[in-house]
Amino acid sequence: MAHAYTPGLTVTERTVLRKRRLLPIPGTVTAAIGDRVKADTVVAQTQLPGKVHVVNVANLLGAAPDEVRDYMVKQEGEAIAQDQVIAENKPLIKWFKTEVRSPIQGTVDSVSTVTGQVLLREPARSLDLLAYIDGTVVDLHPNQGVTVETDCSLVQGIFGIGGETWGDLVLAVKGPDEPLTPGHLNPSMKGKVVVGGSFMGAEVMAKAKEIGVAGLVVGGIHDKDLRALMGYDLGVAITGTERVGFTLILTEGFGVIPMAAKTYGLLSQHLGQKACISGATQIRAGVMRPEIIIPRSAQAQPTQEDAGPGKEERAGIQIGDQVRIIRDPLFGNIGKVRSLPTDLRQIETESQVRVLEVEFPDKTAVVIPRANVEIIEG
Amino acid sequence: MIAASPEAAQRQPSQPLSVIIATDCGSTTTKAILIEKVGNEYRQTFRGEAPTTVEAPFEDVTRGVLNAIAEVEELSGRKILDGDRIITPSRGEAGSAKVGVDIYVSTSSAGGGLQMMVAGVVANITGQSAQRCALGAGAIVMDVLAANDGRLPHEKIERIRSLRPDMILLSGGTDGGTVTHVVEMAEYIAAADPHPRLGLTYSLPLIYAGNKDARKRVTEILGDKTALVVTENLRPTPERENLGPARQKIHDLFLEHVMAQAPGYKKLIEWAGAPIMPTPAAVGLIMQAIAGREHLNLIGVDIGGATTDVFSVFGGVFNRTVSANLGMSYSISNVLLEAGLDNIMRWVPFTIEEQTLRNRIKNKMIRPTTVPQTLDELQIEQAISREALRLALEHHKSLATGLKGVQQERTISDIFEQRASGETLVDMLKLDLIVGSGGILSHAPRRIQSMLMMVDAYEPLGFTTLSVDSIFMMPHLGVLSTVNEQAATDVFTRDCMVYLGTCIAPIGQGTDGEKCADYTITFEGGRKSESGTLAFGELRVFALSLEEQAQVSLRPGKQVDLGSGKGEPVSRQVKGGAVGILLDGRGRPLQLPTDLQARLKALTRWHQAVNLYPKEVQKSES
Repeated sequence: MAHAYTPGLTVTERTVLRKRRLLPIPGTVTAAIGDRVKADTVVAQTQLPGKVHVVNVANLLGAAPDEVRDYMVKQEGEAIAQDQVIAENKPLIKWFKTEVRSPIQGTVDSVSTVTGQVLLREPARSLDLLAYIDGTVVDLHPNQGVTVETDCSLVQGIFGIGGETWGDLVLAVKGPDEPLTPGHLNPSMKGKVVVGGSFMGAEVMAKAKEIGVAGLVVGGIHDKDLRALMGYDLGVAITGTERVGFTLILTEGFGVIPMAAKTYGLLSQHLGQKACISGATQIRAGVMRPEIIIPRSAQAQPTQEDAGPGKEERAGIQIGDQVRIIRDPLFGNIGKVRSLPTDLRQIETESQVRVLEVEFPDKTAVVIPRANVEIIEG
Repeated sequence: MIAASPEAAQRQPSQPLSVIIATDCGSTTTKAILIEKVGNEYRQTFRGEAPTTVEAPFEDVTRGVLNAIAEVEELSGRKILDGDRIITPSRGEAGSAKVGVDIYVSTSSAGGGLQMMVAGVVANITGQSAQRCALGAGAIVMDVLAANDGRLPHEKIERIRSLRPDMILLSGGTDGGTVTHVVEMAEYIAAADPHPRLGLTYSLPLIYAGNKDARKRVTEILGDKTALVVTENLRPTPERENLGPARQKIHDLFLEHVMAQAPGYKKLIEWAGAPIMPTPAAVGLIMQAIAGREHLNLIGVDIGGATTDVFSVFGGVFNRTVSANLGMSYSISNVLLEAGLDNIMRWVPFTIEEQTLRNRIKNKMIRPTTVPQTLDELQIEQAISREALRLALEHHKSLATGLKGVQQERTISDIFEQRASGETLVDMLKLDLIVGSGGILSHAPRRIQSMLMMVDAYEPLGFTTLSVDSIFMMPHLGVLSTVNEQAATDVFTRDCMVYLGTCIAPIGQGTDGEKCADYTITFEGGRKSESGTLAFGELRVFALSLEEQAQVSLRPGKQVDLGSGKGEPVSRQVKGGAVGILLDGRGRPLQLPTDLQARLKALTRWHQAVNLYPKEVQKSES
C-alpha cells in the first residue's frame, strides 16, 4: 500500500490558509478582492426561502379541485397577512358563506387545480455569511461567496462539536498532562477559548456552559460525557451543527490523554490572541477536522504561498518523524520513528502488516503497525 | 460465463482484449487491478492503491487514479501511463518492454456515492418499489417520501429542501389510476425547490416514473425547476414492478449530471472504455451473474468502513439494500448504538469495562484507518462486525420482499399459515451461497474467522456454502463483465472468490450435550471417512479443500430438521474450501447463554473447537 500511515494533524506556527466561504444557495457577494475582513465581516448574503404551508382549499370549501381558482381571493404571488381571507365561496345566502384564512404571513406560492391545495410561503429569511477568519479576500465565486486568505498559526484537532466561533486564547492548566477541573474555570473566561490539558469531565463542561466560554480545547474526554453533553449518542462522526453552548475540540481522542507537547506549546505562545475555531468534523469522504486558527497581525507578510493544511504532499513517513500512537495498547503515546522495516511483519493478531519502530523519550522502543501511528505535522 | 446486463450488451459489444486496467474509486481509496491474458485465460496479476482525490485540496479524481495505476506500473514493470494519459492499446512483443493496456474501466463511489431521494404515493407500494429501483441502481437512498408517510406537508417540503440529493426518483400511481396524489408530491418537490449536492448552479436531475396519465401535469410543475426525465411507470399495476427503465435512467443521469459535476470525472469518463458505474451497481451485476450461472440462491455482503451493502438473489429475483450507517470504521459507533452494548459483548470471550470499550470504539471512529494490534482488539472488532452483518441482513430482509398491495387469492392453508403479500424473499433454508466482502471478512487473519463471523451473524440453516472476495475486486469485475464476459468470468473464478467451505446447521433446540445429529462424511479419493454424533452446543470442523468432494449424511434427532423435515435423514454432496466443513450443533435459532460465565465458557469452547484464534484470551478487566 502506497500510504500505509495516517496523514497527521497539522500543528504549525505559521502557514497561509485559504478558506472558501460559500452560501448554501446562490445569493449576493458583498466583499471584493483585496478587502481586509474580520471574522465577523459579512462577505455574502442570500435569502433563504420561507417555510411552506399547505392549505387544502378544495376540501375546506367543499369544492372540486379544478374549481379552486374561482374561489381564490388572493392569487399566486400576492402578499397575505396572518388570518387574512385567501379564499371564499359565494353562496346565494350569505349565512352559508365559508372563508379560508391564511395561517401565516407571507405570499401565495401556488394553487393546484389537481389536488385543490394552495401552498403559502412565509417571508424569506436573510442569511449573512461571515468571513469567520481575519484575513484578505483573494478570490470571488460569483453568487456563491469568496475565498479568504490568512497568515496564521494553525492547530487541527481530531474531533470536535459545535460551529464556528472566536475568542481570545486562555490557558487554564499548568501543563499538557494536567486535567481540566471546574476549579480552573472562572467568569473572566466568558467568550474566551479555554485550553485545558489531558482531560475534562462532564462537570467542567457544565461550568463552561454556565460561564459562557466560546470554546474548550482539551486532550480527551470520555464517551459517556460526550453523550451527556449532547443528549444523544453520536453514531457517525459528522458534526459542526450542535448547539451545546460552546465549541469543543479534542486534540487527541477519547479517554485521558495528555495533549501533545507541541500543540500545548504552540497554543501557550499565543495567549491573549484571537483564535477562530470550529468543531466541525467529518471523517467520511472529504475529511474535515476541527481547527484552531490564530490569525497573525495585518502587517505580517506570508512566508509561504498558499500552503493550506494537507496541500503539500509528503513523500511518506520518515525516520526521525514525530508520531502519535493512535491505537491501543499504547494509545496517545508520542515518540519518534527509529526505523522503517520494509518487509511485512506478523503481529499478535497474526495479520501481516507493514510496521515501524517508535522510540519514546525514555529511549525504549516498540514495533507497531504503520497504520496505527499518525505523523505530527507542521 | 458471466452474462453482461442487457443494457450493457447494447452499449459495448465484446471485444478482444489482452491487457485491462480497472479501478474502483472508493470514498477513501482508489484501487487499481491489472488483468492480463495468460495463455487462454485472464488472470488478475497486479494491484495498486492510493488515496482518492475527489475532495479538497486535490479536487480531481484522476490524480488518485493515476497514483493507483502508477503503483501497478511499478509492480508490474508495464508502462501504462504517458504523463496524465493511459496508453492504449497495449503493445510489446515477447522480450521487449510491455507498454499500454487495451482498455480502462472504472466504478465509482467517491464523494459518498450516488445519493438519492425517492418518492411514491403509498409508502409500502410505490414508495418501496421506487426504493428498490434506486438501491438496485447502486444508490444510497437518503429518504423515502410518500403521501401516507405520516409527515405533514410542510415537514415533507422542509425535508426535501434540506436533503440535497444527487437525484430524485418520483413514482406513484398505477397507470390509469388517480393522478391527484402523485401531482401532490410533485407540488411539494416544486415548493421545496431542491438543490443538488454537487454544483450549486445546475438543475437537480429528477426522474418521473409514475402514473403515465400524470406526466403532463408533472412536467408542467417540475419541468422548469428540475432537469426532468420522464420514463415508464416503475409500478404500472399493483402486481407488476418494472424497475428496468427507471434504473437505466438513473445510470444515464449518474453519468451525465452527477459524475459530470464531480471534480475530474469529465476526464475520467473520457478515459474509460465503458460507462463508469456506481460501485454497488457493478457488485450487483456480479452477484446476479454468479446466481444465474450456477442457478443459486445467494446472499452477498460488502461490509465497508461506512456502509454495509447486502445483495440477494432468491428465485432469480435480485435485491440490494445499503445500510448507510453500519460499518466497521466511520460508522462503527453507530453499530454500537443500533445493536446495543449487550449484543456486541455477547460475542466477546472476555470481560471489559464499558467505558474502556466505548472509548475504544469512538477512537476507531475518529481514526478509521487503524488496525487491531492485539488479539483482544481483533476479537472486539469481529464481535462488532457480527452485529453489523446481522443488522444489515435484517434491514435487507425487510425490503427484499414480494410485492405489497397485491390482491391474492387466499387458500385455506394460506389463512392458517398467516401468509400475506410482501413476505421477505430471503429464505435461509433455500440459501445456497453466502459471499462475503470487505476488509473485516476478506483480510481476517484466519479464514475460519471470516466463516464464523458470517455464520454467527446470518445463522444459515441446513447446508450453506460460504466464500469471501479475496481483495475486493467484485466492482472491477462487474463493470468489466459489461465489456468482456470471459475476462470477468476467468478472474472471478480463479482470483476473486475464495471458497471457505460448507456450514451444516440443523434447525432445532436442545440442551448442551444432547444428541443433535449423527453424521458420516465420505471423502472421494480414498481418504478415511469421518463419522460420529454432533451434540447440541457443539461446533466441529473437518478440513476439505476446494479440490476435494465429500458426501455428508446426517440423521438428525427427532425434533431436529435439516431441511427435509424433523428427524428426516439428509445426504448431500458438499463443497470444500479454505476451511472445510463446519458442523454447527449450536441450534437454530442460535441462543447464547445469558449467564456471563456460562457464555464466556461457551464462546471459549467454540473458539477452541474450530481453532479460531492463536490462543484463547482469558482476561478480566472489570
